[in-house]
Parts: sequence; structure tokens; C-alpha cells
Amino acid sequence: MTAAEAPAGRQLVYTLAITEGVRQALQEEPLAFMAGEDVAGAGSVFGIYRGLLDEFGPDRVIDTPISESGIIGLAVGAGATGLKPIVDIMFMDFIGECMDEIVNQLAKMRYMFGGKATLPVTVLTMSGAGMNLAAQHSQSLEAWLCHTPGLKVVMPATAYDVKGAIITAAREPNPVFVVMCKGLMALPGDVPEEPYALPIGKAVVRREGEGLTIVAHGRMIHEATKAADILDGEGISVEVIDPLWLQPLDTETIINSVAKTHNALVVHEAVRFGGLGAEIAAQIAELAFDHLDAPVGRVAAPFSPVPFSPVLEQTYVPNAERIAAEARSILGTG
Amino acid sequence: MPWRSDAPDGVPIPLCAEAAVANSSQAMEPSEEVLKDLHFRMVRIRHFEEEAGRLMEQGKSPGALHLYIGEEAVASGVMVHLSDQDQITSTHRGHGHLVAKGGEFKKMYAELFGRETGYNKGRGGSMHISNVDAGMLGANGIVAAGPPIAVGAAFSNKYFARMEGRDSMNVAVPFFGDGATNEGAFHEAANMAAIWKLPVVFICENNGYGEFTPQAEHQAISDVADRAAGYGMPGVICDGMDAVAVWEAAGEAIERARSGGGPTLVECKTYRFVDHVGLRGIGLHYRTDEELEEWRARDPIPQHEQRMIEMGVMTADEIQAVHDAVMADITESIEFAENSPLPDPANLLNDVYTPTAAS
Repeated sequence: MTAAEAPAGRQLVYTLAITEGVRQALQEEPLAFMAGEDVAGAGSVFGIYRGLLDEFGPDRVIDTPISESGIIGLAVGAGATGLKPIVDIMFMDFIGECMDEIVNQLAKMRYMFGGKATLPVTVLTMSGAGMNLAAQHSQSLEAWLCHTPGLKVVMPATAYDVKGAIITAAREPNPVFVVMCKGLMALPGDVPEEPYALPIGKAVVRREGEGLTIVAHGRMIHEATKAADILDGEGISVEVIDPLWLQPLDTETIINSVAKTHNALVVHEAVRFGGLGAEIAAQIAELAFDHLDAPVGRVAAPFSPVPFSPVLEQTYVPNAERIAAEARSILGTG
Repeated sequence: MPWRSDAPDGVPIPLCAEAAVANSSQAMEPSEEVLKDLHFRMVRIRHFEEEAGRLMEQGKSPGALHLYIGEEAVASGVMVHLSDQDQITSTHRGHGHLVAKGGEFKKMYAELFGRETGYNKGRGGSMHISNVDAGMLGANGIVAAGPPIAVGAAFSNKYFARMEGRDSMNVAVPFFGDGATNEGAFHEAANMAAIWKLPVVFICENNGYGEFTPQAEHQAISDVADRAAGYGMPGVICDGMDAVAVWEAAGEAIERARSGGGPTLVECKTYRFVDHVGLRGIGLHYRTDEELEEWRARDPIPQHEQRMIEMGVMTADEIQAVHDAVMADITESIEFAENSPLPDPANLLNDVYTPTAAS
């Protein structure tokens, strides 16, 4: 069945799109396996791998001990010797447990060995705040990964993209982190039934506009789109760009948009200082300075751990109102 | 009898890995071929390392070298049992492991010199020297990084054996020191290998020091092998200064792993004759002269040579001929490395990623 023949508008929620992505990746590649903490018997704490153990058996869908270093080490060793590992790090916050295996082994082995190793490894992990899970289960640490040569990083914010990102990652001969958003787990969207890949390093223009470019990733795409609706009512036309791939980053699409709108605002859920927004703002300043009517704005989390109390967490995470307010400030209409 | 590709001209050293594996279910008694092979591997390591240390201290080889001198019996005793399809992971002290796994001197010296002709095209150097084609998954600058990677390789070995309907599996062997067994990564790897009964043989090279800190100050046990009990795997201790003792202990563990019996922790009590870095080192006095002399008296190479002479396996002249041939190979290889091209700076970004059709 081709994409054109797929039933139009089949809806899946984000979590089921994840399951389908992993299922199809395992179906199409006999050398692929999935491993992680409670991914098999329990189908993951998020329920995103339910049914995979029954379909593929315990040799290919594997519960590991609670050993994040061991899990990434497993992926490095298995990947370098011919398998196609898909491993799950339950909460992104847990990558602190395995940063050596990620940064010093997985990302660098190919380069250090003069190109004589291939690491076709997919790492799935759940990021973000919004569920009152406090400081160690709510972080957005994508900048740590993007700063490491050798890794590719995708942060899908729709059901369509999360399935496509997983299949793309599984087919890719390089290590890819699929940073999923737990705040979007119930989000429905159009998801074709057949397997499909995303173009690596290609941004998505979520909404076209003329007066301001908002570059947002992950869950903030949806807040940015809401902000664009608010601003639209005020006569401000906003273009919303989802880089989708944070490494490699689609600079061209961002710069072309800024050249058109002359204003830029970068939004993410991660801490503002040293976040991806700093890199994106720097690139806009370097490559589109003459197009800018105002300094590039940034909306992101403040420089603190993610707080627990709902009232504090709501204050911490950027939302449409704050994005709209920053937009008005950039445009001098606030 | 297949012959070794790394044997210098005129030295008929048999490739006896297959023979050793085939015979390993019988009582462990090394054949003459095995004894000669153990010797050849140790001699290659010793001379390679002495020359490498001199080149570094003469400023001809950039960076820092961690030399394997004194520990040759461990790598040699293990590697005789392994084929190119078996994998090892190594440590920051990794040259000996690659030499013992059949590493070619030309590509090794070229790598230490940062040349394009090196095993890693000059991108890795001493601390990352590797030969994936022969199952050498790299020296490693991070202590205890190897065991989790070896567990992954062993997972592959089991996976492929199942797919291909084979009973005998390739084996993955992580080498690491006593200090590495204080790292969490070691424990995670040992546990995973044990619960999944993976074909892993953990080889601890206990040289008594975690860098400069004596074992008694960095762990409350004197036998690292005791740690095996915590993972439900056998723990074995052997004399790491005796190539035959290592060969015997490793052989049994490797055979068990190959046939699906799961992992073993083999602790080889050994000693590094030179400092943590280089030949002369950095002048820290953390070991007594008496201790050094005591261990030097147990040098694995003269000990092994004496045994072979007594057994009538090789004459003193034949032994000397092995040393001479290895030295000739080294001289030629250093010349090759010195005359090899440096990497082109224009290619700095090559191999950060595996190219794909899209890129």
C-alpha cells in the first residue's frame, strides 16, 4: 500500500504512534531488537511498547536490569558488531547515568577508529515537564546531546513525526536520539499505516506568516501555534518553524524565514542559558543580521531545576501567553 | 597448519587459535605449538612496548603511552584461544591486547605517530587503537568502559548464533584492571552478562594499583575474583605472570562461554614493570624498589623461555632468533610509520558520521 492509498486521516495518539513505529522497525529489520527497563513484560511505564513482546518474543524485546550504563553499552557493543539496537532510556533525566557511554563511546567510536566502526543505534527517551514529576523526571536535556559530535537528535512533537522519527532512526547507520515529549502522549494526529521515514535534518514549517518567525521545538510547537493564533487576532502574522531535527539543524529554513519576516523568537522548554535557543539565535545573528528589525528574542525555562508544586511548574514552563508577550515586545507592539 | 600473518619472515609461528579451541575440551596441557605461540605473542608485546616508550620519551611519538610491559602473559594467554571472530575490549593500556590479537606493527606504530596509515588513520592514537576487523573493539581512555561494550558484542554473538542455528558462540572478552572494578559500569556489565548467560569472559588484570593508588587503599578485598559471587558467575584466580597459567584459566572460561555456560570472571595477578605512563614515568614514588624487584624476578618472558628450554621445545638459539626477527620487524615498521603520510587537515570532519545516501 502506498501513502496515496492509505486511508485518509487515520488517527493515532502519540503513544500508539510510538508503538507502531517500533513495531514496524522491528518488522522490517531482523537484526533490530529493543531493550530497556520494563519495555517487554510491562510494555514500558508509559505503555508505549505494549504488545511488542508478544509479537517479537523475548529474544528481540528485552527487559534489562535498571542499568542505564549497561543499556547504552549493550547498544554500542551490539551495534558495532552487526545488530541494530533500539534501546529505551525511560526518562531523559536518566541519561546522567549513562553519559560516558553516550558521549565517550557511542558518539565517538566511529571517529576515533578512523571510520572503521558503524553505530546504527536508536535511543528512545521521554522528556519534558507538565506532569508534576519534579526535578528528576521532567527535564529537557536535548542541548547536552546536540553538543556532542557523532549524535543525531530528533524531537518529534506530533504523532506523525514520532512514528516517522523512530523508523528513520532505526534505518539510520548513525546513533540517533529520539527525544519524545511526555506532555504530548495523548495528542492525536494523522498517522499513515505503512512505515515511512522523515528527511533527516529537515525542518517543518508548521504555519506560514509574514511578520515574525517563531522557532520552537518539542512540546513548545503547540504553545507557539497557540500564541500565533492569539497574535493573529491582533493583526500580527506569525510563521512557526519546528526544526524537528536539532542535530543536524536545518539552518537554511530558519534563515529563509527570518529573511522574510525580519523578526525572530526562539522558544523551548529547556533552561534558557546555554539551551538550543542560544545556538539558533547566534546562527540567525550571524547569517541574517541585516534582515533583522529587532534583536532575536528567546522564551525558555528559567535557570532552576523543574519545580514540583503545580503552581510553580506552571510558572516554570513557557506557555502561549508568555510567547505572545515576548513577540509583542520584539515587534514593539506590547 | 595455517601460519600467522603477523609472523616476521623466517619465523614459522603457527596460527594455533583453532587448534587450541578444538582441543580445549580435553585436559588443559599446552602443546609445543601453544607454548611457542604464547612466547611469540609475549616477545612481540615486550619489544613493541619498549620501542614505543623510547619513541615517546624521545619526543618522536606525540601524546602519552600507557605501556603493557610486565603484563604480557595475560593478553597472550587469553588471546591464543580467540579467533578474529571473537571480540575483545581493551583499556588505556591497550597496545599489548592488540599485539596479542595479531596487530600489525606497521599499522600500530603508524597510529602512535598519528599517521594516515595507522589502524585508526591517526584519529585515535594510543588510547583508542583498534582493529574492528579482527574483533579488537578498541583501547579505551575511560576506565571500565569496555565491559558494557563487550556485553553488547556478546549479545550479538548469541543473537547471530541463534539466527544461524549454531551451538558454538563467538566470545567477547573485556580486559580491565583492578581499579575498573570500582566503577559502576563494570558491575552493570557483569550483572547483565550473568542474567542473560552471555558468552563473556571478564579478564581482570590486577596489577595492584589503580593508577598510583594501591589496591588495599582502593578496595576492601584482595581478590577481585570474589566479586564474581555477587553476580552468580564463577570467579577464578590465576598467576598473571605465567602465560601457561593464564592460558589454562582463560581456556576453560572461554570454552564454557562458547558453549552457552555463561560468563566467568578471571583475575590475573600481574604487575606493571614500568610506570603508569611511559618507561621512566613521572617520578612519583608510590612503589618500593624491593616490590619492583620481587615482581621483575617473575618476568613472564624469561620464565616461559626457561620452561621451553627445559622441556626441549625451543633452544636458546631458536628463542634468540624469535627476538631478532621481532626486532627486525619493529625496525622496519617504525621506518614505515615515520615515512607514512600525515592525515590531511582537510579531512578533519570525515567519519564523524557514517555517510548515508541522503547525506
